[in-house]
Amino acid sequence: MTATREGATFASGTATDPAMAPHNMTLTLRIWRQRGPADKGRMVTYQVEDISPDMSFLEMLDVLNEKLILAGDDPVVFDHDCREGICGSCGLMINGTAHGRGTSGGPTTTCQLHMRKFKDGDTIDIEPWRATAFPVIKDLSVDRSALDRIIQSGGYISAPTGTAPEAHSILVPKKDSDAAFDAATCIGCGACVAACPNASSMLFTAAKVSHLGLLPQGQPERNERVVNMVAQQDREGFGGCTNIGECSAACPKGISMENISRLNHDLLGALRAGARPKS
Amino acid sequence: MPLDLFTVGDPIADTKAPMDVPIGERWSTRRFRARLVNPANRRKLTVIVVGTGLAGGSAAATLGEAGYKVKNFWFHDSPRRAHSVAAQGGINAAKNYRNDGDSVHRLFYDTVKGGDFRSRENNVHRLAEVSVNIIDQCVAQGVPFAREYGGLLDNRSFGGAQVSRTFYARGQTGQQLLYGAYQALERQMAAGTVEQFARHEMLDLIVIDGRARGIVARNLITGEVSTHFADAVVLATGGYSNVFYLSTNAKGSNATAIWRAHKRGAYFANPCYTQIHPTCIPVKGDYQSKLTLMSESLRNDGRVWVPKERGDTRDPRDIPEGERDYYLERIYPAFGNLVPRDIASRQAKNVCDEGRGVGPGGLGVYLDFGDAMKRLGRPAIEAKYGNLFDMYAQITGEDPYETPMRIYPAVHYTMGGLWVDYDLQSTIPGMFVIGEANFSDHGANRLGASALMQGLADGYFVLPNTINDYLADGPFEKVDDSHPAVAEALQEVQGRVQKLLSINGNRTPASFHRELGRLMWDLCGMERSEESLRKALDRIPEIRQEFWTNLKVSGDENTINPTLEHAGRVADFIELAELMCVDALHRAESCGGHFRAESQTPEGEALRDDENFAYVAAWEWTPEGAPPVLHREALEYEYVHLAQRSYK
Repeated sequence: MTATREGATFASGTATDPAMAPHNMTLTLRIWRQRGPADKGRMVTYQVEDISPDMSFLEMLDVLNEKLILAGDDPVVFDHDCREGICGSCGLMINGTAHGRGTSGGPTTTCQLHMRKFKDGDTIDIEPWRATAFPVIKDLSVDRSALDRIIQSGGYISAPTGTAPEAHSILVPKKDSDAAFDAATCIGCGACVAACPNASSMLFTAAKVSHLGLLPQGQPERNERVVNMVAQQDREGFGGCTNIGECSAACPKGISMENISRLNHDLLGALRAGARPKS
Repeated sequence: MPLDLFTVGDPIADTKAPMDVPIGERWSTRRFRARLVNPANRRKLTVIVVGTGLAGGSAAATLGEAGYKVKNFWFHDSPRRAHSVAAQGGINAAKNYRNDGDSVHRLFYDTVKGGDFRSRENNVHRLAEVSVNIIDQCVAQGVPFAREYGGLLDNRSFGGAQVSRTFYARGQTGQQLLYGAYQALERQMAAGTVEQFARHEMLDLIVIDGRARGIVARNLITGEVSTHFADAVVLATGGYSNVFYLSTNAKGSNATAIWRAHKRGAYFANPCYTQIHPTCIPVKGDYQSKLTLMSESLRNDGRVWVPKERGDTRDPRDIPEGERDYYLERIYPAFGNLVPRDIASRQAKNVCDEGRGVGPGGLGVYLDFGDAMKRLGRPAIEAKYGNLFDMYAQITGEDPYETPMRIYPAVHYTMGGLWVDYDLQSTIPGMFVIGEANFSDHGANRLGASALMQGLADGYFVLPNTINDYLADGPFEKVDDSHPAVAEALQEVQGRVQKLLSINGNRTPASFHRELGRLMWDLCGMERSEESLRKALDRIPEIRQEFWTNLKVSGDENTINPTLEHAGRVADFIELAELMCVDALHRAESCGGHFRAESQTPEGEALRDDENFAYVAAWEWTPEGAPPVLHREALEYEYVHLAQRSYK
């Protein structure tokens, strides 16, 4: 919990410059609580006080959970780990937008959303990612293993350890390498699925198809890769892509819709060339 | 040193490196002499790998490809979340693509020297040799390293190296390397050679007849505690920076797996060697849950300063040039703002201790881009550091283009870890330790861009060659839950879970963790002294005592319960903290990241004592109440001559 912010001296642990320190906030949280996959789930209202604008959103939830633990209540379960926007663990629907994009003013991860984006007295709705392919485990934590299975179906280059040629024997034009990197920055958080009205994983799949398909190393398996990955996402119960673009708008890593076009191009080419998914 | 803190046991030595040949031939000789396992027999051998970071992911994938039956455990939902993902800067390799005089020998030399002469020459030389294979492997997997316009790989100089040997993928090198290993791992899962145990936490090691034969793990979703057996166990569970509570590690990073293995007989080497990174965003409040690192590359253009006068709270932009102290440039005219991490960190602490620190609590120094903006213009600064400036603005709410950044050092990496021999085998036969979890290659200080190199070297190239020699004796006798040692381990884990839930006191696991972390930072952090360490050793047992009588964990054991997980990890951190302080106290010299106030040069630099401390301190656990036993492994320097580091 935060310390007082008035006065010129700051005990270790208080916030920024007194002149610019806004007042701490009292907030109403409406949080999705669900005991397990079989439970129906419901929104439960909590109050948190003395929330510093410098806190991250997850630190604000830590404050709530500390209170719940001491009261002997079950704390709210949510996934998180690195808290620097790169591991892809965290992901919450905040006031109806993935990672709180609507509040932050631009794409972010939940852990990089800070409380200074909220106002004293605000009511905040917090829900899990909602998609058939992401069943709720408990409260705000969902099972995203479907994304790993999409990678298993072909999202790799078969290069057993020790078989690699000298690195400089493979030339990659800088623009292809840069474009491959842009696609490869996908952190697998699932915000694209959560933001999509169809709960489609197309942006996730397209990012991997693009990353590997843009590189010379990825050519030998290019056709099989795209047909198998697309078939797998259907099997997992993700919806179809209708090019709405909510996915890209919500993506904390700015993965562009161009990747979906590239996937569609590759898929057509692969099917025409006779590639068929493994059953 | 008083006998009540530890006792001294027999010396320990690595017996696996072939010392009868010159250093450049030792790795190939070891590979030749190690016994092999026939491909048909590999299917009959099971290997447990705990962890999926650069070391664990690459090892599990490679062992699966080799034909072993691999069982891979991790506590996240996906292998791609392991904290290697957060490494920014790059990976070193002695390719000499820049024709600037680099070589395997130079990388070896730089790493031994950078480690302040507290690492093993044989291991470091092998690391340098293997570094070139890593780049080849990663490129073949499709890792999108930075490239030149001609399509060749780009390199940069990093962490004060005088050659350009660092390969990178913008500021996300760890992420891209991890995804390469992750994809190789997922491929093996699809092929059925690697069985996955997601959201499982290892809570004990099973040792039977002196061999590591399995683990006890808890399913974090169902709470079920179960046993898993194998012919060998590989720990790749990362470092223990979170003993300090606030660090740049992820929230879940913990020492439980290596600590439980230590308590089952694995020696813990050099636990006091911790690395403090100078350019992190300072602490803001008591609620703070972690610290964020910003790439060291910022020091290439930013100038570090504090006000000359104590307690100067003016806006930094109002402090005239003549009233600023650019202390790194003043003390180290040759290296200036680019001095190594340990030195930059300690000097920041010194000026803050003098009362000249800036920001909340006076724990911060300015990193000022004002001059660079004038010299290069804002667009150039944006192009070079845009993502870091954005990150800073997002976290602090301040605009670093307008006002200087505030930075402060934070714990970042632990060089210590479980003791391993040249084969990466611990003192428990059949248990191997790789990546940051072992102690092997960085001595008392790790150089930038070397952690990624070591993790992948261990996982792709070293372990898959050395583990065969051990497995050639297998398959070992079948074991199951009826074995007394298994039943005991299982019962102990279950009992501990019950105990944590039943104390029903008044403090949360996080509250104990914060208290322990603060204590370790103050008394066993950037600077340690006999006085501070004795104080810590008085206080830690009291924290432990209160933990086990006043802890509060709500919820139950049969469901996902992050509070319960955290409680178990904090319990282990408390015990580890005590060993760290004993190790720091016994090592009455300064070296690398371990700075003892009593051991410094007249200029205030770290002063090694090679006569008395040129050894690895490998600690043996002893049952409750008895002090740990110190086993010394002497360090011999045949190829790199011992010298005092100087950056003036």
